Amino acid sequence: MTESLWLLIPLSVVLAFVIGACFWWAAGAGQFDDLTGPGERILQDDDGVPDALVNKQRETGPDLINIKLPK
Amino acid sequence: MQAEIAQPPNQMSGQTLNQSNSPTKSPTKSQTASPTYNYKVVRQFAIMTIVWGVVGMLVGVIIAAELIWPDMTFGIPWLSFGRLRPLHTNAVIFAFGGCALMGTSYYVVQRTCQARLISDRLAALHFWGWQLVIVLAAITLPLGYTQGKEYAELEWPIDVLITIVWVIYALVFFGTIMRRKTAHIYVANWFYGAFIVTVALLHIVNSAAVPASFWKSYSAYAGVQDAMIQWWYGHNAVGFFLTAGFLGMMYYFVPKQAERPVYSYRLSVVHFWALIFTYMWAGPHHLHYTALPDWAQSLGMLFSLILLAPSWGGMINGMMTLSGAWHKLRDDPILKFLIVSLSFYGMSTFEGPMLAIKTVNGLAHYTDWIIGHVHSGALGWVAFITFGSMYYLIPRLFGLKQMYSVRLISLHFWIATIGVVLYIAALWISGVMQGLMWRAVNADGTLTYSFVEAVKASYPYWTIRLIGGLLFFIGMLIMTYNVIRTVMMGQAYDAPIPATLPSHPDLKIGGLQSPQPAHGD
Repeated sequence: MTESLWLLIPLSVVLAFVIGACFWWAAGAGQFDDLTGPGERILQDDDGVPDALVNKQRETGPDLINIKLPK
Repeated sequence: MQAEIAQPPNQMSGQTLNQSNSPTKSPTKSQTASPTYNYKVVRQFAIMTIVWGVVGMLVGVIIAAELIWPDMTFGIPWLSFGRLRPLHTNAVIFAFGGCALMGTSYYVVQRTCQARLISDRLAALHFWGWQLVIVLAAITLPLGYTQGKEYAELEWPIDVLITIVWVIYALVFFGTIMRRKTAHIYVANWFYGAFIVTVALLHIVNSAAVPASFWKSYSAYAGVQDAMIQWWYGHNAVGFFLTAGFLGMMYYFVPKQAERPVYSYRLSVVHFWALIFTYMWAGPHHLHYTALPDWAQSLGMLFSLILLAPSWGGMINGMMTLSGAWHKLRDDPILKFLIVSLSFYGMSTFEGPMLAIKTVNGLAHYTDWIIGHVHSGALGWVAFITFGSMYYLIPRLFGLKQMYSVRLISLHFWIATIGVVLYIAALWISGVMQGLMWRAVNADGTLTYSFVEAVKASYPYWTIRLIGGLLFFIGMLIMTYNVIRTVMMGQAYDAPIPATLPSHPDLKIGGLQSPQPAHGD
């Protein structure tokens, strides 16, 4: 048993330090300064498709593969 | 706080359409005029998610049928259970789940960092490399080339290829985070990042092997050493591939679809750090009552029980995102998929720690209960969150507001839900029954039942499981039809990168300054 644990336990220890370092960096870099705003901010990023494009596609019917689109 | 944020300039409307169809016949470099996100690679991964979903689930249905009719493939070795089963697991986990994770991670990292992927060429290489891995798996596994390690069956040349592709993935993902235009790294990216780093580590350690020929190798570890490494890998793959990665998906797509911020952003950050700090040592619960030392087994059980806390924290956080807006669940089938996936996540992360308790494990291990447990996570959590995310994502990638048919999403939801419930319930019953039959002893100490009697008693439940799996597969076909119609209806669309940044560091509330102005930019 010792063999694989000689690999896995040091690996876990190293990993714990790496995670700790990431956490340390994150705290220092201000990642935890605002713990409400980021949740709201992804909603302000509008990733919807613009109406103009959708309307144009709707007018032209279902087969729109080769539709010419407005510039 | 919302008021001061400028609307992203979406008025630029249709000018960023796929270049090839643009009437001006502009050269393929779209970045010159108005910079766009790289949606192409997201589209490719999204479509392949659907394709591999159909393939993987079809193979699952076939092997479920083979349990009932063992001779149904006329003894053709390529189609035997033992060879198709790893094909099924690899196809659904690494092809279906993998493409879903890779596609959504590229979407989420770009949108939340407001930056295009660092390299289109590397992203394309990642996509095609991963497809090559999948195709090689689909060829070699039925032919019987295997390392014999569960969820890590692929032979060493493919393992090397996976490593290369994975490094490219990590370069593109973390490179994009480095060039982000936002100070904060959204929590979903942390989950995706942990998934990428940890899976790389797990893969390298567990796949270490000594090649004997091009298609044959021997593990670098032997006996119980090998078992320990294998389940360290196996369970952490569950933890970081099937949990952390999909939690990244959850933390982006649930709030977006619900149009509400995650219930507690603070909790989501705690969830992340708690999960990654505590996950690594749950693996030994796969080796209860084996040659593994007792203390290592107990350690595995202990860590599995601890995991209940962060898991349920995350589950509650996701569910409560709908708090105050539960009515949305009534008519939005995408939200139904996302929220029900969280309830299955909660269920399987409760069932998991319970099954890791040694005495419970003594009854359940090696029975159908375990397969039922895996599928409550795989179908209920992983597949449902993927379906919900894909239904959100695909219209946006093809210049549409929504899928071709919302009613078909609803139909898919109900068929799939009934399928999962049938599947899990059938295997709960057969699992407990098998466990009890195997351990039953007569007064004189002899076994009450022979093994084959337990097999015979399982047939009715395997039939119900097949029906459940078939329903789930039919749901997948409905989705495929819906996606095909959606793609036909729309057109490849690459969204512009907003010029004003809603999440620019200057807009931080409460006068908190970021010590990292526009990091890496």
